[in-house]
Amino acid sequence: MDATIKKQLEITACKVRLGIIEGVFNAKSGHPGGSLSIADMLTYLYFAKMNVYPDKPDEPSRDRFVLSKGHTAPALYSTLAEKGFFPKEELKSLRHVGALLQGHPCITIPGVDMSSGSLGQGISAACGMALSGKISGDTYKVYTVLGDGEIEEGQVWEAAMFAAHYKLDNLVAVVDNNGLQIDGKISDVMSPYPIKEKFEAFGWHAIEINAHDFDEIDKAFNEAETVSGQPVVIIQKSTKGKGVSFMEDQVGWHGTAPNKEQYDQAVAELSAKLKELEG
Amino acid sequence: MADVIKKATRESYGEALAALGDKYDNLYVLDADLAAATKTGIFKKKFPDRFFDCGIAEANMMGVAAGLAATGKIPFASTFAMFAAGRAFEIVRNSIGYPHLNVKIGATHAGISVGEDGATHQCNEDIALMRTIPGMTIINPADDVEAKAAVEAAIQHNGPVYMRFGRLAVPVFNDPATYKFELGKGIKLRDGKDIAIIATGLMVNEAIEAAKVLEAEGVSATVINIHTIKPIDEDIIVEAAKTTGLVLTVEEHSIIGGLGSAVSDVLSAKQPTKLVKIGVNDEFGHSGPAVELLKQYGLCADNIVKTAKAAVAAK
Repeated sequence: MDATIKKQLEITACKVRLGIIEGVFNAKSGHPGGSLSIADMLTYLYFAKMNVYPDKPDEPSRDRFVLSKGHTAPALYSTLAEKGFFPKEELKSLRHVGALLQGHPCITIPGVDMSSGSLGQGISAACGMALSGKISGDTYKVYTVLGDGEIEEGQVWEAAMFAAHYKLDNLVAVVDNNGLQIDGKISDVMSPYPIKEKFEAFGWHAIEINAHDFDEIDKAFNEAETVSGQPVVIIQKSTKGKGVSFMEDQVGWHGTAPNKEQYDQAVAELSAKLKELEG
Repeated sequence: MADVIKKATRESYGEALAALGDKYDNLYVLDADLAAATKTGIFKKKFPDRFFDCGIAEANMMGVAAGLAATGKIPFASTFAMFAAGRAFEIVRNSIGYPHLNVKIGATHAGISVGEDGATHQCNEDIALMRTIPGMTIINPADDVEAKAAVEAAIQHNGPVYMRFGRLAVPVFNDPATYKFELGKGIKLRDGKDIAIIATGLMVNEAIEAAKVLEAEGVSATVINIHTIKPIDEDIIVEAAKTTGLVLTVEEHSIIGGLGSAVSDVLSAKQPTKLVKIGVNDEFGHSGPAVELLKQYGLCADNIVKTAKAAVAAK
């Protein structure tokens, strides 16, 4: 990947992370850990991959995105705000009464293509959108991001079967493998491993990457575009809470908001990182 | 009545889809390995490229339907009522109802008239479940003519619709030449003064037959067909209650949460009136030929007559 573009993506991802912290802190609830682990992926999708139009969010030819792991809405909202779908100010009223930004993604929010949050459902809707594109000969692509705990849901595998059966090569699913779910390590709670082999057995083309390396992300999507007749899954090994030292790899930060002191520290760390990147 | 034509509304569903497929080229059909039973196979035969089998995976099918609708298609997701409203309830709620997507759910084999398959497949809860989803339209047609009209009305309505069809062949009493389906509007089939019988689905014909018997026995009954259970026609219910002062609801569904409950909601708020409910009581069904089961559970003209007479006598 071009070094300038990579640097710009790193800067944007840092801003997205700041927005996540802003949103969750002001909401006094929400899911920072899994939001931070997908910040780089969403930044890549919205700033380097997808054809989307903040001034025309419903443009029919746009690429679609479904956040199947809907509880990490702060990451999606922060990315959409950064992209210009709505003012960043909205992040401060996330989860508040009468606010635009609901606790989980809602289709009425500009830039949100599907309501989600009940785990296992987003991937099915993404399959429907991909099938729809195939039926009509549309060229748009459909992207969805799932959690590694989420794939314990049986519906995910119904959808996995469906996508392969109908050869949905316009669909890319990302599994965010941060290794933690609410009750602990996914390997302790209900192991979904081996993830790659499972998807391959279901007929998918599977790619494993480091979630926090834009070169690897870019390479994976370039590979995905060469795949024909099969859906593609990108299993990204990520760090829950990535970017905020005290949240990293801590299951306790799955669904807890930072207090003022923690918020200040998180903002300080991310701001320092941003300053360093912006040189 | 030897010349009465009988037809299952699931047949009407499949035939209507196939007939309307020409007119509405945006119509697509999904099924979950039951195309032969739900009769979507009729559509599949005519439009193989617009039919997608989802296999035995109803949850995913509802989500796929949501995705199709979100990209401008009109999908009909078809399976048995037990799996459409039961197994897939939460997907219907969260992936179709909450985003208010234009998905049509064709739920066949509703009620105990499924027959021999027994309790696991006899869904007496679907209306109750679907009524709780905000923005969901629920249609329970009474015969072939109404079922076909309902399918087109569902296409013309923008939003999620749950349509309930039966396995059992039932009399076709509506005249296709004069029948008019209006979403959300009940149909008064008979005017009476002693009692208002409000029925839905295959019980409408039984209510008509019962009213004839009642008349011969000196009881004058209004008969109303409520094909759209949500949104319900409040005016026709209130008017009938005012005229007769006594209401009897009849449905092939649990007495909890179905037509009877919906009518009760209207009456208690707008026109407090004594209400008697005929439906499946708080119990599961069991195996047996459909017609025998309907009789056993009191879902027949005889029981409507008996119940109506007792209610009128107690007035």
